[in-house]
Amino acid sequence: MNSRLRWRKFVSGFMLSMTGVCALISVSVLFFILGYLVYHGGTSISWNFFTKLPAPVGETGGGMANAILGSAKLLLLASLFGVPIGFFGAIYLAEFSAGTTAFVIRYAADLLNGVPSVVIGIFAYSLAVHPFKQYSTLAGGFALGLMMIPITLRSTEQFLRGVPNALREAAMALGASKWKTIVTVIVPAAYRGILTAVLLAFARVAGETAPLLFTTLGNQFWSRGWVQPTASLPVMIYTYALGPYEDWHRQAWAAGLVLLGLILVINIVARAILSRGIAVPRS
Amino acid sequence: MHASVRPAVSVNIPHTVTSAAARDTSAALSMRMTISKLNFFYGSKQVLFDVSMGIATNKVTSLIGPSGCGKSTLLRTLNRMHETVRGARLEGEILLDGQNIFTQDVTAHRRRVGMVFQRPNPFPKSIFDNVAYGLRINGSKTPIAEAVEKSLRHAALWDEVKDHLHKSAYELSGGQQQRLCIARALAVEPEVLLLDEPCSALDPISTAKIEELLVQLKDLCTIVTVTHNMQQAARISDFTAFLLTGQLIEFSPTPQLFTTPGDPRTEAYITGRFG
Repeated sequence: MNSRLRWRKFVSGFMLSMTGVCALISVSVLFFILGYLVYHGGTSISWNFFTKLPAPVGETGGGMANAILGSAKLLLLASLFGVPIGFFGAIYLAEFSAGTTAFVIRYAADLLNGVPSVVIGIFAYSLAVHPFKQYSTLAGGFALGLMMIPITLRSTEQFLRGVPNALREAAMALGASKWKTIVTVIVPAAYRGILTAVLLAFARVAGETAPLLFTTLGNQFWSRGWVQPTASLPVMIYTYALGPYEDWHRQAWAAGLVLLGLILVINIVARAILSRGIAVPRS
Repeated sequence: MHASVRPAVSVNIPHTVTSAAARDTSAALSMRMTISKLNFFYGSKQVLFDVSMGIATNKVTSLIGPSGCGKSTLLRTLNRMHETVRGARLEGEILLDGQNIFTQDVTAHRRRVGMVFQRPNPFPKSIFDNVAYGLRINGSKTPIAEAVEKSLRHAALWDEVKDHLHKSAYELSGGQQQRLCIARALAVEPEVLLLDEPCSALDPISTAKIEELLVQLKDLCTIVTVTHNMQQAARISDFTAFLLTGQLIEFSPTPQLFTTPGDPRTEAYITGRFG
């Protein structure tokens, strides 16, 4: 009996420490990456990094201003394309559909979310690059926008469903049509959540590389327009990290740090918005 | 005692207030709404059987009965809120001012027949915006601020909130929120106000306030309320309908229903033998 008890205590203690260690590892991976980026890239981050073009091979210094602007343009395009489709799709899914239709939409969105980004890249290439024989910012924005659709759709749907039915009934009992109810009550009640969903989708695609390799190509200079190849941070990291020069490696680390910093900031802002709480009581 | 006089018949008699018993007490009663031969189904399950009754203009009509008797369902059909439920279906006719409500535009109909729900459900907006909501979505021409004040006064809430109209409605107490919901419904000047157990989530003091309010409001509109609280029905209503398993068992002037019920089941229910 006594040994049995000791064994049980041992198992309990062992499991506790093992799960604790695994949790600790999960957390420390982030801080390890962050520390590594700061260690290697921190020194290369300067004012020049944000304002200058990449230096020609052999010269030190220079920056990634073109890649930063390129990423900003790509993310703007992606948001303009992906967010409205995901948002209105979510409204249809949460407010109008039911049964089989809803199941099919939800399932398709989940599958699309699971499509590897490299496949999205090939798809965007064959649709938006190959026919025009032209790598472009537009094609890159299209590829990233495709990836934003399912993330925006599914998380927006969750927040719309979180709005208590009592509010829908209240609006409809006052003579509001279904659409008016959605516009004046449901979306305003869920807007914090929706904003968070959009920010998280944004952060998710900000670091995508594969789709951009197929669509924007990359560029050592300022992009000459929306239908021309452009530099972007993820592709720059990819190119520079594989390059043979020590200076390039440092720049790649710095770009990684900037990118991760951006994503962290977006995540923190999103959580801050959400933690102010949806004012609607759950029932 | 009285119950044994007409035992089985009472189920089948047309339970309108113009029936013999009711005519004694109120001779020339006009009907705001008339329900005739209403059968209601959720999918294949029938929840209301052949219900016929009238809703008297500027009176308070109470629907009572044990849980699941169909009283809330009956109430919701009056402003067609049942149509938001998938698989709901009804047969029969409901008239508002002589017109079939099912041939009207549903949103227009709901403006004429307002509803207050069991739990206070203010919008996550300011007190002012809650009351103004109905006016705004209907593109009302009346000056909104005046209408909001008027509605809040009618709902006996104005004095409590007049200094912080732009605070969130959620900062009000439960009882205040429910009166806010009443004000919100009154703002569009409905002809009929439906209340689905409006006090069941409230404390006794808030309940008393709302009961008092309803009695005053009947000058303004016709009131139909569902309650599981028989004393409440007795206190506030002019007419009471007793429903049991989807059938209208008895519909009479309130004093009569509670003192000399015409059906043994009504008597059993109001004396607390079941329910």
